[in-house]
Amino acid sequence: MLIQILGSGCSRCHETERRVLNAVSRLGIAADIRKVTDMKEIMSFGVLGTPAVVIDGKVVSQGKVPSEDELRKLLSGDK
Amino acid sequence: MPDFLKLFADLVVYRWLGLHAGAHLADALDFFIYDVIKILLLLTAIIFVVSVIRSFFPPEKTRQFLGRKRSWVGNILAALLGIVTPFCSCSAVPLFIGFLESGIPLGVTLSFLISSPTVNEVALVMLLGLFGWKVAGLYIASGVGIAIVAGIILGRLKLERYVEEYVYQIKVGAADYVRPTFRQRATDAWTYTGEILRKVGLWVLVGVGAGALIHGYVPVDWLAKYAGRGNPLAVPLAVLIGVPLYSNAAGTIPIVQALTAKGVPIGTALALMMAVTALSLPEAIILRRVMKPRLLATYFGVVALAIVFVGYLFNAVIR
Repeated sequence: MLIQILGSGCSRCHETERRVLNAVSRLGIAADIRKVTDMKEIMSFGVLGTPAVVIDGKVVSQGKVPSEDELRKLLSGDK
Repeated sequence: MPDFLKLFADLVVYRWLGLHAGAHLADALDFFIYDVIKILLLLTAIIFVVSVIRSFFPPEKTRQFLGRKRSWVGNILAALLGIVTPFCSCSAVPLFIGFLESGIPLGVTLSFLISSPTVNEVALVMLLGLFGWKVAGLYIASGVGIAIVAGIILGRLKLERYVEEYVYQIKVGAADYVRPTFRQRATDAWTYTGEILRKVGLWVLVGVGAGALIHGYVPVDWLAKYAGRGNPLAVPLAVLIGVPLYSNAAGTIPIVQALTAKGVPIGTALALMMAVTALSLPEAIILRRVMKPRLLATYFGVVALAIVFVGYLFNAVIR
């Protein structure tokens, strides 16, 4: 599973990353987590509100810091 | 409901603590408890409602909607949508690029970019609670007004070539927007409300506390003499001081309150507050990534002038 976190490096983006890491380790799944900070790449997802979370190429959350509960659901539901 | 609050504050101060009504400290404490509870309740209710409304106006939708509008109408709609579209300064760059890419004129994009941080719901609630509906209403009207007028002026100045070239080369991908259920909207709004309350709670205490203390203790001093109505330069000076500073809107309210209590007119104090929230050094650094220095300077200049104008207007209207 590929998880991308889109954001230009603001505090809300860091918080999102922290929660994704937590959720992944809690679920014990193997995931490749990448931060995307390049604006060109962020925009290619059609996202205007950062931070955003992309799982296997699909935008699942944008413009907010998702809760760990929500992330766990998104991560396990997609599998 | 406010009457219950008054009864509760009286109960705590005069019954439980056994303080005497009429004493300076007791009355200040009574005022403090009443105002803190009132503002926290107002904040919770309004932020929650605003967050639910906002979930219906994601920036991707706003962008599509504004794409078909031209200036004037576009500027007015952009300024109004700026209030309801969720925005955080870290999204300013993708928003700016996304808007321009879909063909929204630069001036209209800037109207949105100005109104979004300038009209802030937390500031609105605190102004409503501490100064009443008149000041709160003028605050919204002037924020939207500044965004419309500054956007129109900036649009007329033909500044498109001062946007960084790479912005026009970016292709925005198709957004697969996930439509949330109402339950999800409510949960998100509730989480967000908690986040904001934790962030501004301290400022509410400081703001109201400063107000309560000042009401009873601080005499009108030299500030009123130098920054009062007699000095026509007070408004531009306040804006000049406020532009480089950054603080969230809630943090500036205690300053507004302290200043007005010391005899600085409300327009001057609000001009300072708007300059702090709408324009700041960190924002300039973020926007520099998409704007060349010339555009950035003109943007800051025009918005600062608009705030000065509104400051004078407030001083003339509210006495």
